[in-house]
Amino acid sequence: MTQADPYERIDREDLEQIQVERLQATLNRACQNVAFYRESFERLGIRIEKIKSLADLAELPFTTKEDLRESYPYGMFAVPLKDIVRIHSTSGTTGKPVVVGYTANDIALWASLIARILRASDVTDQDLVQVAFNYNLSSAGLGFHYGAEKIGASVVPSSGENVGRQVTVMRDYKTTVLIGTPSYALHISSYLRERRIHPEELRLRVGLFGAESWSEAMRDEIERGLHIKAFDNYGLTELIGPGVSFECSERNGLHVNEDHFIMEVIDRETLKPLPPGEEGELVFTTITKQGFPLIRYRTGDISGIVPGKCPCGRTLARMRRVSGRIDDMIIVDGVNIFPSQIEDALLKVEGIAPHYRIIVDRKDDVDSVEIQTEVGEDFPFLDEAAKVANLRSRLQAHIDETLGIRTRVTFVERKTIERSEGSKLRRVIDRRPK
Amino acid sequence: MLRVRNLEAGYGDLRVLKGLSLHVFPGEIVAIIGANGAGKSTLLNSIAGLIRPSGGSVTLKGADVTRARPERILGRGCSLVPEGRKLFAPMTVSENLELGGYLVRKRLGKREAEADFASVYELFPRLRERERQLAGTLSGGEQQMLAIGRSLMSRPELIMLDEPSMGLAPLVIKGIFSAILALSSRGKTILVVEQNAKAILKIASRGYVMETGSLVLEGTGAELLANRDVQRAYLGKEYASIADEGERI
Repeated sequence: MTQADPYERIDREDLEQIQVERLQATLNRACQNVAFYRESFERLGIRIEKIKSLADLAELPFTTKEDLRESYPYGMFAVPLKDIVRIHSTSGTTGKPVVVGYTANDIALWASLIARILRASDVTDQDLVQVAFNYNLSSAGLGFHYGAEKIGASVVPSSGENVGRQVTVMRDYKTTVLIGTPSYALHISSYLRERRIHPEELRLRVGLFGAESWSEAMRDEIERGLHIKAFDNYGLTELIGPGVSFECSERNGLHVNEDHFIMEVIDRETLKPLPPGEEGELVFTTITKQGFPLIRYRTGDISGIVPGKCPCGRTLARMRRVSGRIDDMIIVDGVNIFPSQIEDALLKVEGIAPHYRIIVDRKDDVDSVEIQTEVGEDFPFLDEAAKVANLRSRLQAHIDETLGIRTRVTFVERKTIERSEGSKLRRVIDRRPK
Repeated sequence: MLRVRNLEAGYGDLRVLKGLSLHVFPGEIVAIIGANGAGKSTLLNSIAGLIRPSGGSVTLKGADVTRARPERILGRGCSLVPEGRKLFAPMTVSENLELGGYLVRKRLGKREAEADFASVYELFPRLRERERQLAGTLSGGEQQMLAIGRSLMSRPELIMLDEPSMGLAPLVIKGIFSAILALSSRGKTILVVEQNAKAILKIASRGYVMETGSLVLEGTGAELLANRDVQRAYLGKEYASIADEGERI
């Protein structure tokens, strides 16, 4: 058994000292070994010795996803390739993938961070952990895999197996912990319902879901469907993979592993750091990673710092659950909308299956939003016109009220909307001319 | 216990420490490794007050001691075992120890002072045997024992050791390192600068790697031992393979 990690409850003043030390060491290494940082600091006339406090971090330039893509594949590595023992890449859902290298120490560090996350969700060496993240190239599967092994749990790498095989494994191997994307958890839950498998026939008790933003309504849906307690976690392959932040039993915000990542929330317009509580773009600096250090990386994820102390006793600051990615944000007639808001609204109306697709189009300079969704299993007859019409108008009213824009809700045949198979889903189809 | 933030120090125009930050928690053994001339001794001397820092801060048990005089820093429980021992060569072993306790002598009664001697002799029985011998006539290993013993006489909580293994035979070094472990198990906090990176990282709770006045790496002893840069630079591994590796990819 691994011991609880003292850094989770570290005195804030000590934490700041450690963050400054590790930041300075990271800057020294990055300048020495990564041409991108050395040149960009030189160009801007930045002397890294002048970075003396966390506040000074704001003097440094941001690193963007575009920078990482331009360095494809190995330009941002801070150690020779022979010191790299693992390479992951991003899913490339929004463009060219980003390639990330890990040293042996990075892998060990990563496992310890995942172990922290698992312990916070009460996972122990007694558990059987089924990792249903697709392992192909991406970081999520192996990240959780190593962390779960580190705490001594039994790990089943079910990866991208189809849902039937997943459920068979879950039932026969007596899986207690499910790890994957939230949409895949829902997919499993619908499968159980269709096959009339009662969740209590399984031994599942805890789920850790991430890699997509998901709403509280979706959490309720997953918990009801699988009879588990569901935890959110957050990370990006660029930063390390899963392991950046995690929910404790309070499930009120995600504790950031601040001894390894410095979090900032910036205003999207002014690019200035925002005070706790305000919503903006998450920016992270890695301060212990060796293979692939990142300085002020703009994640594109929208969140804010949860003010105050967490009753769990951890002193690590909390970020709010990510409400969406800037890439996913749809601007319709000047209103910002995230798919997660639509999902939340959908799930609050009874009789709707939690599968949806958002189609944005433009005609005669007017934007239109169509929300395609499926009716739930307990609402079997699409041909009962009156009932369907009634459901649609209720849903329509609810969504328009929540979002503050006009949308069009349509029902499609069940199972026509793409299901997650262990990796991220694209739920928004934007047909507007760029 | 100790917190150093953005420390700058040097000699004349020569800047040796370029804004360096580190910390030592109570009970830790923290090692600083680095090449010759990296500024390791300057760092310890600046913390001990022997060199006046030109910038940054040193906090000892919550009190700012940045430009404090050496005796005040010693009085606050931080002692230094200097590089090259710096013993009082023409004095006996027990006289050296007595001088080590000079600062606390008035405060302590005779009985307590005797207990301090006994405790040093318990750690290094050899010193008791040589009690009346002149320090200058001791062997290198014995001199190092005496230097450590002398630093203990002021009852420090934090002991800083500068190159304790320098110039000693391998077997003697082993004895010195087990003495460091013994100090740690007696509740002392240790900050040690050491050329012998492999040996010190094996017993250290944490370590820092120093390069030309800055720290470039921090981690547990095990992490640093596993780090390829550390292996190449300080553990003498892979020299041949590095020579023909050429540029980084």
